[in-house]
Amino acid sequence: MARMKFLCDADRCIECNACVTACKNEHEVPWGINRRRVVTINDGKPGERSVSMACMHCTDAPCAAVCPVDCFYTTADAVVLHSKELCIGCGYCFYACPFGAPQYPKTGNFGSRGKMDKCTYCAGGPEADNSPLERASYGSNRLAEGKLPLCAEMCSTKALLAGDGDIIAQIYKERVSKRGYGSGAWGWKTAYKETIAT
Amino acid sequence: MQTVSILRRAARALFSIAGAVVGAFALTLLVTAGAFAQQPASVNPTASSVNEQKLLEALGPQGNVGGRVTIPDARSRTLIQPEGRTYRAERDQSAKIGGLSILGILGLLVVFYLIRGKVRITGGRSGETMTRFGFMDRFAHWLTATSFLLLGFTGLNITFGRSLVLPVIGPDAFTALSQSGKFVHNYVSFAFLLGILLMFLMWAKDNFPALRDIRWFLQGGGLIGLGHPPAGRFNGGQKLIFWSVVLGGAAISFTGYILMFPFQWTDVAGMQWASVWHGILGLVLFAIIIAHIYIGSVGMEGAFEAMGSGEVDVKWAREHHSVWVEKVAAKSGKTAPAE
Repeated sequence: MARMKFLCDADRCIECNACVTACKNEHEVPWGINRRRVVTINDGKPGERSVSMACMHCTDAPCAAVCPVDCFYTTADAVVLHSKELCIGCGYCFYACPFGAPQYPKTGNFGSRGKMDKCTYCAGGPEADNSPLERASYGSNRLAEGKLPLCAEMCSTKALLAGDGDIIAQIYKERVSKRGYGSGAWGWKTAYKETIAT
Repeated sequence: MQTVSILRRAARALFSIAGAVVGAFALTLLVTAGAFAQQPASVNPTASSVNEQKLLEALGPQGNVGGRVTIPDARSRTLIQPEGRTYRAERDQSAKIGGLSILGILGLLVVFYLIRGKVRITGGRSGETMTRFGFMDRFAHWLTATSFLLLGFTGLNITFGRSLVLPVIGPDAFTALSQSGKFVHNYVSFAFLLGILLMFLMWAKDNFPALRDIRWFLQGGGLIGLGHPPAGRFNGGQKLIFWSVVLGGAAISFTGYILMFPFQWTDVAGMQWASVWHGILGLVLFAIIIAHIYIGSVGMEGAFEAMGSGEVDVKWAREHHSVWVEKVAAKSGKTAPAE
């Protein structure tokens, strides 16, 4: 099985936010929750770059490590998913996540959070693939249909790449060698403890 | 003639304007050519661009990479916060130390009980009793005690339940347990806060350190050695418990309410800090309270009545709180026997 990863080529990202919109629409993510976002660094200054970021589906994921109820699991494709049936909304995964991926709907008194929601790599959850229950809780399951995450699929500049880590790293390497520059695979060192040598 | 000269003048003016324009254009060209000459042959757009590796190196191990986002959630501005991994390590570490300290104190108490046994009243009870704690004293104590135990066990469940309870009862039952535990933990915290506030108001005046406390500690509080060092209403050990509960409880409440109202007053680094310290302080206080429960129940004859009925045996009181007994006796001797 492939080791699925995300890679955002910051030299190609034009901050159009189509990935954010596609994700919200595909999974019918509730108001106030963003599974993916585009962060612009050095905004308005020379060398400004935008990076599209969501759950990176880390190797040895910190969210899974700190979860008090052990609701996370890693699929054969190395996608980090969780069960909303088991989540108690304690918020620890947000403190541990290096990428700010976990999101919580606000429910009830105080700061009590509902079941955590995050990027599923368009791979749904523990319920049966593309069952109505899975769709309602986690959104669509494109991976089960043989499709890649929609954010990357519809990226207009192909800045956001999704797929087998080795293949997308190869694509990025070829790009960098052809054009002669590249600002690196953002988040890879933190998520996968490796980086792409260019 | 007239028209010709006008035409000629106009033509001359046109030429001079055109000349000026051409001159300015040529000058601009020259200047830009000069500027171009200073540029390198090929341009590397990332030479001046932000670079993740350099950003992380410049920020150090606690630094966050952040920028601007177009969604209103301010927290999403942070692109990468590597200290999430630090939080995980600190949490694991403190849970380990806390768990060991609880097991350690339990082990110590078992060993102590086996060696010392129950601390008896020398020569047995006198049969005569005196009031040690009134209704409000006992109410504050048991309010704090029951809420603390509920908070303590639900808190331990959050920290250790995954490895101890989850394999036994299964994921669905464990989620149901932890979910209700979370609600209990949130709501009962207010009762605990009220309890420590009441205790502080009623007992703080009798819990300030006194000189005789030094002697009490030097004699091992009558626990390790024989004989009973003099003590007031509260002895040195009780004063330690009191301030641990009041100050420790206040600190736990402080960090707890930060966690209960996430991101109201602080950022993710503050939340991580609150989470780690809430755990450490909670575990330490739990370990201290285990010792307190021991000495108030199986560890000492006649001690439980103080918080049970509020009436203690006079002989017990003379042994453990000699100064207090004298004070009460002097008071009741002069005025009506109210105490």
